[in-house]
Amino acid sequence: MTSTIKSSKPVAARRRRRFKWGGFGRAVAIILMVIFFLGPIAWMISASLKFNVQIYDTSQAFIFTPTLSNYDTVFDPNRGNYLIFIWNSFFIALMATALSLVFAVPAAYSMSRFIMRKSAMTVLLARIIPGVSLLVPWYFIFAQLEITGGYLPLILSHMFVSMPLILYIMMSFFEQLPEELEESGQVDGLTAIGAFLRISLRLSVPGIATATILSFIFSWNNFMFALVLSGPATKTLPVAVFDFIGYASIDWGALMAASVVVTTPIMLIALFTQRYIVSGLTAGATKG
Amino acid sequence: MTNDSKKAEPLRREQFSKWANKNRKWVLAGPSMIFVGLLLLIPIGWTLLLSFSNARRSVRRPFEFIGADNYLEILSDMDRFWPSVGRTFAFTGGALFFQLVLGMAVALLLWKPFRAQGIVRTIVLLPLVATPVAVGMMWRLLFEPNIGFINEFIGWFGIPPQPWLADPSTSLATLAFVDVWQWTPMVALILLAGLTSLPEEPLEAARVDGASAWQRLWLIVIPLMRPVIGAAVVLRGIDALKTFDLLYATKGKGGGSFNDVETLNIYAYGLSFDYNEYGIASAVLIFFFLMILAAIWGLQMIRKVN
Repeated sequence: MTSTIKSSKPVAARRRRRFKWGGFGRAVAIILMVIFFLGPIAWMISASLKFNVQIYDTSQAFIFTPTLSNYDTVFDPNRGNYLIFIWNSFFIALMATALSLVFAVPAAYSMSRFIMRKSAMTVLLARIIPGVSLLVPWYFIFAQLEITGGYLPLILSHMFVSMPLILYIMMSFFEQLPEELEESGQVDGLTAIGAFLRISLRLSVPGIATATILSFIFSWNNFMFALVLSGPATKTLPVAVFDFIGYASIDWGALMAASVVVTTPIMLIALFTQRYIVSGLTAGATKG
Repeated sequence: MTNDSKKAEPLRREQFSKWANKNRKWVLAGPSMIFVGLLLLIPIGWTLLLSFSNARRSVRRPFEFIGADNYLEILSDMDRFWPSVGRTFAFTGGALFFQLVLGMAVALLLWKPFRAQGIVRTIVLLPLVATPVAVGMMWRLLFEPNIGFINEFIGWFGIPPQPWLADPSTSLATLAFVDVWQWTPMVALILLAGLTSLPEEPLEAARVDGASAWQRLWLIVIPLMRPVIGAAVVLRGIDALKTFDLLYATKGKGGGSFNDVETLNIYAYGLSFDYNEYGIASAVLIFFFLMILAAIWGLQMIRKVN
């Protein structure tokens, strides 16, 4: 990759000098980019470790004695049980992802193998439609069934975040999977569905992992559906963070601590599954 | 149990298996289609129905159909409706433009390998997976006019402190900036995937011919990347039009006390769940939905012409 054509000396020398300057500029640009993306997150974490007096004091912007008192405030049982909110977010994201996988993976297979354009359009529709326009009718329906405030409406609504995502990722994955393997399986006596279950499904484990991670992340991050559909017992973390802003003045330290509690699990997942996330987010995009 | 039914059992299973394999297209896709139908198509139909009705206040209150009155009301509403249409486009257009420019810059920086590339890539990924509500809170503190770090930072360059989110004239632009911070990585990743799948030959040929890096970018890379850029615009544009979490978490109900960041999504949400005006809210949503479809259709047309 780095080999250049060295036809004559002056050209090579000029190129080397230019490369050096280019390399320096590039390094500066990369450092600035890292500060731009990482700086605000670092600031949030550092503010969560400060007393409010320290947050107000610019002389303690970078050097300060950290405290965990804000995290005590967040987990203070008198404010509502934060551990329950963490569990709610986790449980809802997990159930929505698992159920969506069961529904969406076979559907994605079928849609990619039989080229069902109209069904694929419906999937796109689920991505395009504003969530609020689903919330109003859901709110009507769930109120009629008297299940508002429970887990079921939340899981069903979060499946609307996960299912289109999983379908989209798995469809582009199955399209790349050669059909010959299934055919040879069928020659060996498997039924068509058996070939899907025993051959294609096993081969698509990386795709399923990608879809699972992304679906979990986006369900965990979702705010709007839980804002309307959750009750006091089923509140999710993003809603709990939002509730930190009362009518009184903002407790910045505690608000930052609460924000750190929501985002760190997701960022940790991202650190270890970077490759899957990238492949999932860019699935299908390069085909145009 | 008789002997007959024992024999019939495996036979029936075999018949079922045969039937399932013959119709596997629908057996595999059916469950999810029923789910989507129940929870997507019925709600869309329901919204359409409500948009022609006077449904309001209580979910259980009976409602009547009043024709196109709701649509006439919103289309003549210069106070809240049209300004929110304008803000939706301003926010999306501004955010998308800078996301494309910066996203391209980030993708080009990450294209060729360098030391610590893996760590840098992961760092670039972080804003995009961060919870939008937390991102909103984080920037709320950073942009706080009195104690926020941003005013401190611009002070180093002699720029006077700005009100940012606190002032109705700067709040929407400030939030578009936050959207740029969070979603530039997404655009960058898509563009980077495009860059890595570019053919080597034209770039190498241009380099041999002595084209500068700038010329190579404008004359070769960008024209070749046009379909990928188009895909990034569509994917990100749809989500930017529908931005809710960030706007609601930072400015609250109605897009702030002056409705200064009230986009169509925030407006429709407020009508539905703060004022319980389901009929009018549904009309806004149908309009919004058609607007998104029109935008996508328009972009497809542009792509086809090119």
